Amino acid sequence: MTIERKLLKKDSVEKLFAKLKADGRRILAPKARGEEIFFEEVSSASEMARDYIQTTLSAKGAVFPCCEALLKYTLEGKDIKIQDPQEPKPTVLFGLRPCDAASFAILNSVFSWDYNDSQFRNRMKNTAIIGVSCAKADEYCFCTSVGGSPGDTKGSDILLTQLSSGDYLAEIVTDKGKEIVALAPELFEAAPSEDKEKHLANVPVKFDLNQLMQKLPAAFNNNELWLEQSLRCLGCGACAFVCPACVCFDIQDEAGKEGGKRLRCWDSCGFSLFTLHTSGHNPRPVQSQRWRQRLMHKFSYFNDRQKFIGCVGCGRCSRLCPADMNLLEHLKAIAEAK
Amino acid sequence: MAEFEPKIVAFVCNWCTYAGADLTGTSRIKYASNVRMIRLPCTGRIDFMLLLKAFEQGADGVIVSGCHPNDCHYTAGNFHARRRWIIFRSFLDFLGIDTRRVHFAWVSAAEGAKWAEFVNSVTEEVTKLGPYENYQKMAQAGVE
Amino acid sequence: MEELRKKARELLTSGAVKVIIGYGKGSGPKARAIFVRKPEQTDQLIFNDQCLQNLAVYLTKPEVKALGKPAIVAKIPALRAILQLAAENQLKDEDLLALGISPEGKLVELASLKAIEDFLAGLSLELTGEEKSLLEKIEKMSPEERWNFWQDQFKKCVKCYACRASCPMCYCERCLCECNQPQWVPVASHQIGNLDWHIIRAMHLASRCVNCGDCARACPVGIPLNLLNQKLAEEVFKQFSARAGMKAAQEYALCNWKLEDKENFIR
Repeated sequence: MTIERKLLKKDSVEKLFAKLKADGRRILAPKARGEEIFFEEVSSASEMARDYIQTTLSAKGAVFPCCEALLKYTLEGKDIKIQDPQEPKPTVLFGLRPCDAASFAILNSVFSWDYNDSQFRNRMKNTAIIGVSCAKADEYCFCTSVGGSPGDTKGSDILLTQLSSGDYLAEIVTDKGKEIVALAPELFEAAPSEDKEKHLANVPVKFDLNQLMQKLPAAFNNNELWLEQSLRCLGCGACAFVCPACVCFDIQDEAGKEGGKRLRCWDSCGFSLFTLHTSGHNPRPVQSQRWRQRLMHKFSYFNDRQKFIGCVGCGRCSRLCPADMNLLEHLKAIAEAK
Repeated sequence: MAEFEPKIVAFVCNWCTYAGADLTGTSRIKYASNVRMIRLPCTGRIDFMLLLKAFEQGADGVIVSGCHPNDCHYTAGNFHARRRWIIFRSFLDFLGIDTRRVHFAWVSAAEGAKWAEFVNSVTEEVTKLGPYENYQKMAQAGVE
Repeated sequence: MEELRKKARELLTSGAVKVIIGYGKGSGPKARAIFVRKPEQTDQLIFNDQCLQNLAVYLTKPEVKALGKPAIVAKIPALRAILQLAAENQLKDEDLLALGISPEGKLVELASLKAIEDFLAGLSLELTGEEKSLLEKIEKMSPEERWNFWQDQFKKCVKCYACRASCPMCYCERCLCECNQPQWVPVASHQIGNLDWHIIRAMHLASRCVNCGDCARACPVGIPLNLLNQKLAEEVFKQFSARAGMKAAQEYALCNWKLEDKENFIR
């Protein structure tokens, strides 16, 4: 499908928000809370955070919540009344970077793999993504090293690129995007002739992905490599939780006399508990093996199964790691090793 | 409209307060019936989380009571408890959890009248405060 | 810096220690923990105002212990953590050598736990004026404002446990959260799960926290967790005159009691 180009004037963004809300959609956009930026519900474009490279948490919580009820029930005497999950509200995710937009394909591949996760897919179906290209990047960004780019349309239903005038070049990528344009066609004017590339950040390629993927399988048994890389790793779950492409989850049942619920919560392969068996045996008893697992899963095993890698190069893991592990450095080291 | 009857959970030690409450009963002293007693061997065994779990499960007030200092059946359990409550109570206050809903007392096995008076006083205070809706609403929040 | 590198080189060359746990250049302006094992690599050691992490967290990590006897670059909170770990039987005098850094940034070689004790005894470990005013800001709020403040903060929590992982005093091989018979702390990151976790962690650290602030720095969503631990540390000091990490043989304030302990709320 060829991508239609339109112009969305900067003053029209507020009007677009009003039209989206009038259509019954909730809008999740980056909002500043102190020094952090989260995707939260906004009513007006003026509430959005400005001048930032990346949000603190990714937007995956909109389709894969941090704590989600898979089922709920109440006990009334001898009766068990099961409550079906509510139909998710129609949602627009506004202001995602292209790396984040690309991550939904990764999440979707797992949730539609051997089992159609209806809750995830319902949320995805009800979510439209209006991405915004990156005019700035920092040293942690590496989208271009993993097949992405600061202006990539992949994953966005509409991608906005801000031009020098402050107005946006709007690329209408999918049918969902067309539906949004149809809500307010007067706001989407004739396309500007400007070159999109001129307004994108420069994100140099930092390592050769093919080299990395070629060397990883053989590196599996290089215990010293993994030990050296992971000595300072503290084994928390921060990297997995802020990652837009990490999808591991735990299921917890909470019940009482009046009813109960089955919850799905985020989990991380970095936790020692992640692979602990009931018998007490742990196939990954040390942090170096868990670090190896993280890298190999995202850059090797995932590709074997899904034909694309499990990382979009957003850099959050490195920005937020309390021990400054810096995944990018480690990937470079492996890719460049002899 | 029915008047609000608070649910009050009392964590009491077996040797002093539980026996004291027994005495209140055998002495046929009438007192507020809002208290649900939970008997433990000693106040020293009372984990601070038990109090919060009571609020989570719907309690509007919590009582903790045990032997007077120097009278603990296990010698020093209540001394450990005293230190714990000093710290925990100030922490609850720091978090904005309503410390007017948490009450502590030393009630011995001979103090049947004191137990009645104490329970009546706590019930009256918690009734005035109303249900602990803040906490109970919070306990259900955050699940999508 | 040069003094530190020289000392490190001496220690490694003489075989007095097998590894130097120190700070090295990290991403951008940050510093990160490094584990230097060869004398020629001691040039990687740095010390500047970006060196904030409490390196004592690595003293209980099995992979680091396996490297052999360490010399550890230790600012005041790390020195306190070392003493507190010793008081809790997690390390012995001969297990390490401390390369202390005074508040002015000078290297102080501390070869024994007693030396660390003596060094700390000469310092004021009270909260700084800035730290006190942050606590006071919350203490001055009404109970309802405090409740709203902390509930807003805990709403952000995703239960990543970075606070636990970065804390030198959270060294339990199997944390309370990882026990499910009973599941005392809810695993899920709903509102009550978050509140319960932070309350339990703070209470387990009461009189043990060494005020390094790593918990707040580690938190990816920016919850000021160190305020919780500071509040409890101040309360323990006020009530029981006890501070964590002052002596290598120190009793845990909540395992102790005095006949004279005073309170004004037990009828």
